[in-house]
Amino acid sequence: MNASAVVLSLSDWWDLLTHFLGLSLMAVGGAITTTTDMHRFLVLDHAWLTDAQFNAAVAIAQAAPGPNVLFVGLMGWSLGLNSGGGLGQGLEAVWLGLMGLGLAMVGILLPSSLLTWLATRWATQNKERRAVRAFKLSLIPLVMGLLLATAWTLARGAGQSATAPVFWGLTVLSTWLVWRTRIHMLWLLGAGAAVGAFLSAWP
Amino acid sequence: MTQRPQSRSALFWAFTWLALQGFGGVLAVAQRVLVDERQWLTPEEFAEEWAAAQVLPGPNVVNLSIMLGERYFGWRGALCAFAGILSLPTVVAVLLASVYAQFANLPAVAGALQGMSAVAAGLVAATALKLAVAFKKHPLPLALNLGLLTAVFVGVAWWHQPLAWVLLPLAVLSYALTWRRLLP
Repeated sequence: MNASAVVLSLSDWWDLLTHFLGLSLMAVGGAITTTTDMHRFLVLDHAWLTDAQFNAAVAIAQAAPGPNVLFVGLMGWSLGLNSGGGLGQGLEAVWLGLMGLGLAMVGILLPSSLLTWLATRWATQNKERRAVRAFKLSLIPLVMGLLLATAWTLARGAGQSATAPVFWGLTVLSTWLVWRTRIHMLWLLGAGAAVGAFLSAWP
Repeated sequence: MTQRPQSRSALFWAFTWLALQGFGGVLAVAQRVLVDERQWLTPEEFAEEWAAAQVLPGPNVVNLSIMLGERYFGWRGALCAFAGILSLPTVVAVLLASVYAQFANLPAVAGALQGMSAVAAGLVAATALKLAVAFKKHPLPLALNLGLLTAVFVGVAWWHQPLAWVLLPLAVLSYALTWRRLLP
C-alpha cells in the first residue's frame, strides 16, 4: 500500500473521532486492551495506516516516557501525516498530523476522564460509607495480582532470545534494587539499555 | 503523616516529572514520586487510589492524575494534573516517532529496548512488593488476600483470559468478603 495515497474527507475525520470516543469507555485496564479493535478499524477496514506504522506506534509509546496511551496519539499523528503525503511534504502534513493526534487523544480520553472525575467526586462525598470503603479495600489484592502479571508479561517479552538468562537476571536484580534501595530508576533503565545494546551489537 | 501539594502548579510539575521518568508505563515511578518522595499519599492510600484508577475505564495513570487533582484542588486541580501527565510526554513521543524510522533497524537499538523492558518488569514487580504493606491493615486475612492475588495473576498472565472475565468475578467475590468483615 502506498501510504501517501491516503485521503481523508471531513466525514472520515469525524468517523475517527467518534470511533475513539466509543472505545474510550471500553478501555478497562488501559487503552492497550482495545488495540485489536483499533487495528481492525485503522488498518483493515480503512487502510489509513500500514501494519508497520501501527506496530511502530505501539512500540514507540512503550519505549517513550509517559503513559502508554500515547500510542493512540501516535496513530493519529502518523495517520494525519499519511493524509498530508508524509513528513516530507512539510508544514501542511505536520498540521494534519497534529489534527490526527488531537482527535485520537480527545476521543480515547474524554469519556473515560469525565467518568473518572465524576466517580471521584461522588466517592469523596461518600467515603465513609461501608460500601465505598469495602469497594476500595477489596480491590487491593486484585491490583497486586495485576501488577505481578504485568511484570511477568514484560519480563517474558524481553527474555525470549538466546541471551534470555541475562534479561531475566536484569529483571530480578532491578526488582530487588527498587524494593530494597532508593537507587534512581533512570540509572537502572539506562543500565538495562546499555546491557541490551551491548549484547545485540556484540553477541 | 502525609503532605499535600502546595499549589496547582506543584501538582502539574509533579505529574510531568513522573510521566517523563516513566518508561514502559508510569506506575512504578508514580509510587516512588507520590509516596516516597512527595509523601502526598501513604502506601495504603496509593494502593486504594491505584486500584480505583485501574478499574475505571481509561489509562490508569491518567485516571490517577484526575483523582488526585480533584482531591486536592477540585476540577482545576484535576485539569492541571491531567495536563501534566500528558503535555510534555506527547511532545517527546512525537519527536521520538519522527526519528525512530531512521534507527529502527539497528540491532543495538532493538537490544537496548529489550534491556529496558527487562528492567521495567523489575520496577513493576518491586512496586507490588512495596504495596504489600497494605495487607497489614486489611480486613481480610493474609491467606485470602494472597489467594485472590494468585487467582488474578494466573488468570491474566498464564491463561491469557480477557481482563474483564478474570476481574469481574474475583472483584465481586473480594467485595463480598471485605464488606462482610467491615463494621457497618
